[in-house]
Amino acid sequence: MAIEHIMDPALSRIPEGKLADKWTNYKAHQKLVNPANKRKLDIIVVGSGLAGGAAAATLGEMGFKVKCFCIQDSPRRAHSIAAQGGINAAKNYQNDGDSVYRLFYDTIKGGDYRAREANVYRLAEVSNNIIDQCVAQGVPFAREYGGTLANRSFGGAQVSRTFYAKGQTGQQLLLGAYSSLNRQIEKGNVTMYARREMLDVVLIKDKEGVERARGIICRNLVTGQLERYSAHAVVVATGGYGNAYFLSTNAMSCNGGAAIQIYHKGAMFANPCYAQIHPTCIPVHGDIQSKLTLMSESLRNDGRIWVPKKLEDAKRLQRGEIRGHQIPEEDRDYYLERRYPAFGNLVPRDVASRAAKERCDKGFGVNSTGLAVFLDFSDAIKRLGKDVVADKYGNLFQMYQKITDDNPYETPMMIYPAIHYTMGGIWVDYELMTTVKGLFCAGEANFSDHGANRLGASALMQGLADGYFVLPYTLQNYLADQIQVPRFSTDLPEFKEAEDGVRAKIEKIMAVQGSRTVDSIHKELGHIMWEHVGMGRTKAGLEEGLKKLGELRKTFWKEVYVPGEANSLNTELDKAIRLLDFIEVGELMARDALHREESCGGHFREEHQTEEGEAKRDDKNFMYVGCWKYMGEGKEPELYKEMLDYQEIKVQTRNYKS
Amino acid sequence: MGKESFLNVNVKVWRQRGPKEKGEFKTYRVEHVSTEMSFFEMMDTLNEQLINKHEEPIVFDHDCREGICGTCSLYINGRPHGIDDAITTCQLHMRKFKNEETITVEPWRSAGFPVIRDLMVDRSAFDKIQQAGGYTSINCGAAQDANAILISKVDADEAMDSASCIGCGACVAACKNGSAMLFVSAKVSQFALLPQGKVEAARRAKAMVARMDELGFGNCTNTRACEMECPKSVKISNIARLNREFIKAKLAD
Repeated sequence: MAIEHIMDPALSRIPEGKLADKWTNYKAHQKLVNPANKRKLDIIVVGSGLAGGAAAATLGEMGFKVKCFCIQDSPRRAHSIAAQGGINAAKNYQNDGDSVYRLFYDTIKGGDYRAREANVYRLAEVSNNIIDQCVAQGVPFAREYGGTLANRSFGGAQVSRTFYAKGQTGQQLLLGAYSSLNRQIEKGNVTMYARREMLDVVLIKDKEGVERARGIICRNLVTGQLERYSAHAVVVATGGYGNAYFLSTNAMSCNGGAAIQIYHKGAMFANPCYAQIHPTCIPVHGDIQSKLTLMSESLRNDGRIWVPKKLEDAKRLQRGEIRGHQIPEEDRDYYLERRYPAFGNLVPRDVASRAAKERCDKGFGVNSTGLAVFLDFSDAIKRLGKDVVADKYGNLFQMYQKITDDNPYETPMMIYPAIHYTMGGIWVDYELMTTVKGLFCAGEANFSDHGANRLGASALMQGLADGYFVLPYTLQNYLADQIQVPRFSTDLPEFKEAEDGVRAKIEKIMAVQGSRTVDSIHKELGHIMWEHVGMGRTKAGLEEGLKKLGELRKTFWKEVYVPGEANSLNTELDKAIRLLDFIEVGELMARDALHREESCGGHFREEHQTEEGEAKRDDKNFMYVGCWKYMGEGKEPELYKEMLDYQEIKVQTRNYKS
Repeated sequence: MGKESFLNVNVKVWRQRGPKEKGEFKTYRVEHVSTEMSFFEMMDTLNEQLINKHEEPIVFDHDCREGICGTCSLYINGRPHGIDDAITTCQLHMRKFKNEETITVEPWRSAGFPVIRDLMVDRSAFDKIQQAGGYTSINCGAAQDANAILISKVDADEAMDSASCIGCGACVAACKNGSAMLFVSAKVSQFALLPQGKVEAARRAKAMVARMDELGFGNCTNTRACEMECPKSVKISNIARLNREFIKAKLAD
């Protein structure tokens, strides 16, 4: 068992006052920096997605000098771009009873009562500003004929609060942030560094002996050279670590490297075991597959999920003897509508994923692998007509058809759950600052708002909330104390030491010269993670998984082969460095999952379920954020518990049935 | 799902060590390729073969592998993003190829996009064009209520179609003049169609066109190759709108 501590509640820095007044009070009393001083302060933002891109642009607008880094060839390609369905906001434009409080409540409930009240309330509060900001930028959201904004529904809510731009909402929001970023680059307030990968954070002690984040070490992915950059504060907004499973809906370059680097330097890693398995992805087809493709949750507005009622029908589907549309209505089991009448096909993602797994485990899967269920639009096409369905979901249907060679207008889609998002991440306080002074973490990379399960259309909301409306305030509050601190030279010994450490690690990797490719080891990691730290977890399975992960690390150091040179463009080396961090992420996930003896949200321990197979939480013993502190190489991390204290919300068992 | 079968293919790939170095085609054989695999999964397989033989893998740009990030490029059998319509290379599947086919794979070839290595090119010029004016000049925090601006569904939908450009550069690669007009016009159109963008429409059109010229992209001669090859079906009518906006702006000078 890990050594456990209770975290001092003061560390979370939650402002005093009533929940609804906290953010207003914070802004009214925070410290400010005058324009002349802003010009003298540098901020590093790592990542250019919704959180990083929006933060870099807004901090630039305010007059700070920003250096923004991304691993892609352009900030416009950050993985936020792939988000399809939409972004939530509490506008209540549909007059269906929505409010800031209801969005807050749905998010806390959706997260299975494992998120911090004050942060989530602020998120709901600024959600409306985000929509205003994006419209002002020229984001072409979907509209009604009268010219007002349109909305759709997403899982875990009984209101229509999701704003969207076809099935490309993430793209349009990211291009909005990118456009604001471009304006600041043109003005000279932001300097953009593309094709750079952060490989360490640099800490420097101040006069009082407190270590503060003052820079980063990057690898230039084109030249292979290591580069040093300094600043007064560092923001890490590098996304999630879902690619630890090898197969996920994440882009190929998404990685958990920056999170692991700052964890090694003292930032705590919170709730690593909370990974979201998205119910509607295109099923796995073979061993050589490189990634999984998501089919937007918005499809569950009109699509109905089912498997056959009769096992013999399922067997015939699996053998390819019949197709879905040949099974008569009375022989179909719309299992979500059956089990959860109140929310039906729009239950939250964790619930929908587990229900799909349950049916497939019982033998009702509908494709050759037995690991797929139907998502059927025939009713919607009958009700609305093909044109309306095409207008709403056309690009998603096209995407599906290109991949599977099946026409979803004619035969039901086949889908299966896949790793999609990580709720866990770097622990941050109310100001989004980590346990390292001056080191902030935003977007999917932090643990902040989603508890144990994220609701659909809330990732875009959180990323943009952090970037546009939270960090610009809280960073300023931090930097107000730093106006006397001159710019840092990258010749300081702390920079050299960090760079030497990175170089030594790279040289060690290059020196192995074993017989296995990086991908072959990454795939093995993926299999271990999916089998032992996947949708259904057990004590024995997790212990076994931890053992296998330890062995895999040894395999890496004995057998990995990276061709080419370190100080040149080397895509295999890029992947090898990330893989090493994924193994560590995997261990953290397994360790956290093992210690959390309950089921909640995306974390399902098979030992802890009700007779009906629903997740069984243990609020008495586990109503806390599990934060892991790095204790050194080869040592077990220690657990710090941030106790969750619900003032406003009555904690209940999640119910989507009635 | 379609019926799975297996192919043997010969992949003729452009290999070039660096921007200043001479490149050449090299042909590699890949066997037992499933028709269910994506083109990039076939390339992954080829790279695994190369690495196992201690050769350096073929470098190519790719990321989301679902057709939205715009990272992937490649001329495949003479067409940008390969032999299918309205897709990116990452959405191309091996079922589109025949057994024993020789597949020719080249980088984008355009003065605006220098080769970095093998099939990877430098498209930073696209970012520079956007920096010249691809935005509305508003600061965060001061926006009015979103529904205060009414926009007709027709305009919003048309702006969305223009805004769906993924910045991959296929239009430039397909154009015999190496023109970036479709790319520039998509952004100019998006904003010209929306009230939020109208305020700066003239300045934007002039600034973006000037930057495009500066960066060495060619002129448009209406061959429509860009429209044919655009993975997001961005229409050439955007270029007509850009021309109108540009002339309007110049006349007002």
